[in-house]
Amino acid sequence: MKQLLVFIRKEFYHVFRDRRTLLIMFGLPVVQILLFGYALTSEVKNADIVISDQSKDANTERIISKIKSSSYFIVQEKQLAGPEIDAAFKKGTIKCVLVFPPQFGNDLRHDGKASVQIIADGSDPNTAKTLVNYLSVILLNYQQELAGGGVVPIGIIPELRMLYNPEGNGSLNFIPGVIALIFMIVCATLTSVSVVKEKELGTMEILLVSPFHPIMVLIAKAIPYLVLSLVNFTLILILSVGFLDIAVKGSLLLLFAESTLFIITCLSVGLLISNIATSQQAAMLISMMGMMLPTLLLTGFMYPLENMPVPLQLVANVVPSRWYYLIVKAVMLKGLGFSAVWRETLVLAGMTVALLSLALLKFKTRLE
Amino acid sequence: MAEQVIVCKELTKRFGDFYAVNNITFEVTKGEIFGFLGANGAGKTTAMRILCGLSFPTSGTATVAGFDVYHQQDQIKRNIGYMSQKFSLYENLTVLENIEFYGGVYGLSRQVIKERSNELIRTLGLEREAKKLVGELPLGWKQKLAFSVAIFHRPQIVFLDEPTGGVDPVTRRQFWDMIYEAAATGITVFVTTHYMDEAEYCNRVTIMVDGKIEALDAPQALKQRFQAENMEEVFYQLARSAKRSSD
Repeated sequence: MKQLLVFIRKEFYHVFRDRRTLLIMFGLPVVQILLFGYALTSEVKNADIVISDQSKDANTERIISKIKSSSYFIVQEKQLAGPEIDAAFKKGTIKCVLVFPPQFGNDLRHDGKASVQIIADGSDPNTAKTLVNYLSVILLNYQQELAGGGVVPIGIIPELRMLYNPEGNGSLNFIPGVIALIFMIVCATLTSVSVVKEKELGTMEILLVSPFHPIMVLIAKAIPYLVLSLVNFTLILILSVGFLDIAVKGSLLLLFAESTLFIITCLSVGLLISNIATSQQAAMLISMMGMMLPTLLLTGFMYPLENMPVPLQLVANVVPSRWYYLIVKAVMLKGLGFSAVWRETLVLAGMTVALLSLALLKFKTRLE
Repeated sequence: MAEQVIVCKELTKRFGDFYAVNNITFEVTKGEIFGFLGANGAGKTTAMRILCGLSFPTSGTATVAGFDVYHQQDQIKRNIGYMSQKFSLYENLTVLENIEFYGGVYGLSRQVIKERSNELIRTLGLEREAKKLVGELPLGWKQKLAFSVAIFHRPQIVFLDEPTGGVDPVTRRQFWDMIYEAAATGITVFVTTHYMDEAEYCNRVTIMVDGKIEALDAPQALKQRFQAENMEEVFYQLARSAKRSSD
């Protein structure tokens, strides 16, 4: 036990004295979170819109002021006529145009029914759809206000409600995926590199000749990274809550417990890689490429798994981060308890046991 | 009769049809400097791994420090030290931290580690470097430190696997002075080397060819038997007959 502590202390020295390790350990998560949270968001903010108000009455004025006050649009004061609009779209200076026809106010007053035209830049379908949705919601709100909170008398109005994420906050979906990605990269890469480094330096030989049990070498390697990864996880949560306005809805304890399990999965992957790789570069390459790509592509946080061909969906089932992603989404965003994620947890636990036994087994056979 | 600390009888290690170590028998006496020579692929490393408790022999018997290589690997490991060509120190740990780490791995108490490391740093003259990272030390010092660390837990036997590879002649000479000092305190030294001048420093040498021991005697006696001027010639006469290519 004392020997283990001595070993763990040594590992911490290594981590804290190696700038590259520190950078991967703590720099990577911060960059990733900020990148995914701010830069790579599917949310559209401050889109330039031109409003062509040919009706100019109290109704349109109030609608326009609503649009102005939303953070999604910047209303261009300059009025554009037909061909100018086309040119502006082509130049990309505007994203959307809202046209109130001359009879808009009249129609609304007399028939309770009026139409508007929304023109959006379809060359970027995702943004266009999002903007059209935002505008529809604003118009709908206004209609509800007109009806005085009562039933809106016009046709069937679909009432949109984005469950668990009413604002359509794009970073919500990314965070659990980014967490999975970070653990995969940090744990798998750093553990595999640190074990392979000992092999390269020749210190592994010394450790194997010492009375220190070989399995303990692996445990001692894994523990510091487990601890640091949990610190990292806390950091990510603080960043997410503080900067990206994400609330942790479920139990923090459950979230930490599940994360610990997933970190152990990633560490096992790292140990397994260290058995195969003979140089630090190889270890880094295998863990970066081998772990990052499946996590990015097959976890479901960037590209929906449902739309993938069946063979790929099957492959995705073998990727541990996929299960962890589901768990974090359920616990963190939906506030569900263990009863909702026990199946995923079981799959993850099974994978961990398999990977860890394989890593230990390979390590032993390499010895003899 | 002197105490035998390593006793090998008909030790064999076979990988499939390949006899890496083929029926070797020898004894090493306490306090002896025992040279283990052989071309690459002759089976030195395999034999050494068995004696260090890292792998099991296929047949034959061997005891190291009185412990059986089949059943008492743990006790063997506790009673031996090991140093390889690669120095085996952590470059981003300080001199003291390296000593403390290896002392700790061998289960020495904090108090013992403290006393012995102070003493060691004094004898090596490393007082000013004690808190420096090992990576900043010159090669020769690293090597001396690595040897000191290998015998820090006062093992009965220390195994040195080509300890002087890539080191200049002066440092090699100094290194051998340390080996003599260690042997004088009763530590048995089991050393493999490629340098034939170093073989002359050993009390006795074995020369392995194709998994077998072809010669075992004091360097002086070997030179007489093969009518050679130096160990280089002895080695060449024996190794020439090798059928295995080096690996």
